Amino acid sequence: MGGSLNANHLMFLGQGALWTIGLSLIALIGGGLAGAVIALCRVSPSRFVRLLSGAYVQLIQGTPLLVIMFLTYFGLPTLGFSVSPLAAASASLTVYVGAYLGEIWRGCIQSVPRQQWEAAEGLALSRTQRMIKVILPQAVRIATPPTVGFMVQIIKNTSLASVVGFVELARSGQIINNSLFEPLLIYAIIAVIYFALCFPISRLSRKLEQRGGPARPKILAV
Amino acid sequence: MPTQEPIVALRGVHKSFGALKVLDGVDFEVQRGNVLVIIGRSGSGKSTALRCIDRFETIDQGEIVVCGHRVHDPRLNLRALRQDIGIVFQSYNLFPHLTLEENIILAPCSVKGVSKKQAREQARLALAQVGLEDKLHQYPEQLSGGQQQRGAIARSLAMQPKVMLFDEVTSALDPELTGEVLKVIEALAADGMTMVMVTHEMGFARSIADTVVFMHRGKVHETGPASILSAPATPELAQFVGAGF
Repeated sequence: MGGSLNANHLMFLGQGALWTIGLSLIALIGGGLAGAVIALCRVSPSRFVRLLSGAYVQLIQGTPLLVIMFLTYFGLPTLGFSVSPLAAASASLTVYVGAYLGEIWRGCIQSVPRQQWEAAEGLALSRTQRMIKVILPQAVRIATPPTVGFMVQIIKNTSLASVVGFVELARSGQIINNSLFEPLLIYAIIAVIYFALCFPISRLSRKLEQRGGPARPKILAV
Repeated sequence: MPTQEPIVALRGVHKSFGALKVLDGVDFEVQRGNVLVIIGRSGSGKSTALRCIDRFETIDQGEIVVCGHRVHDPRLNLRALRQDIGIVFQSYNLFPHLTLEENIILAPCSVKGVSKKQAREQARLALAQVGLEDKLHQYPEQLSGGQQQRGAIARSLAMQPKVMLFDEVTSALDPELTGEVLKVIEALAADGMTMVMVTHEMGFARSIADTVVFMHRGKVHETGPASILSAPATPELAQFVGAGF
């Protein structure tokens, strides 16, 4: 073992970084779909659906992602489901991100002024029409900056997939370090790569926020 | 519907928000083509009474009949009721993500199944009625408050309602913009639109109202033709009018 950092190591890290991006995209898409369902359930007219989806959000937000990863990767096989590291990481992140995005988006839907609902009701639009044609388009505008901001959390959280043996950026760093024993250097490189992935996104989020946010009537009388 | 049947009728309407009694036995009727103006202090229940007509509030007791719809009945077909009623709010509430034209054609297309082409034609007519025919493709935020409010009126008119409700529609506007909105409402009245409005514009109430309802502590305290504003019968109305509201 031993030796010094060479191009092969960097290639390996680059591959890990690609998997980090890939896993982040899986989490965003899976979690986004789950989150959309959760958000709609959270504002459902049915109390039962609201409570059920609320319980899901509370449960997931009260559980570390690490534990969710362990449950899917080590727990499910004891029930007879064998799960690959990629599947376990994807499923865990989807479940986790879904709860958070669902809650963020619920807030966005509810922050569309109540008067917009009433105006739509007054025009005899059905609940579904109100939601799709009036409320959601406005909620999406409100939701864009915090959703982009949450992408940063997703990218960082994918590093936890290393605990189930999924070789993303953090895990590939560990593997290289195991042979080179240069923790300061290697983890510094890892940190820089994570930063390079996250920083542009958080900048974008801030920019979106500054660009005036959602369009809405300027005068909102009581 | 026989011509004698009122378009809007409230009979013995009671409504409480928790312990607060907001409507304490309210009665009034509006005949076809008439304008009823509700006045009163803040908290007298006038906006609540108006909102009950469109079932934005449910009532505890009494009955409300609008264009033959029994509004107090839990089995009411809410969307059918709201197709017969147009309502305009204080805060305009145009949809900010849609142009004026899209705002106007949304309900006719999705509720009444009118074709886009026909709805656009109706939108043009409705906008001409409120003097905004050149603002078709503007977004609400590009319009002044008065223009937005006129746009909101046009949006309601495009649904061809049988009665229009106006809830303090000029309260958020400065005097100049108030004038342009009131002119539109006056023209509607002249066209024979049945209307119920809550307003603080006493001069306007005097000129447009067929019936004035003065609400005080959740009751119709005094009612009559617009002339009661010049010769109030009760000290409360005298004080209210005298206070220059």
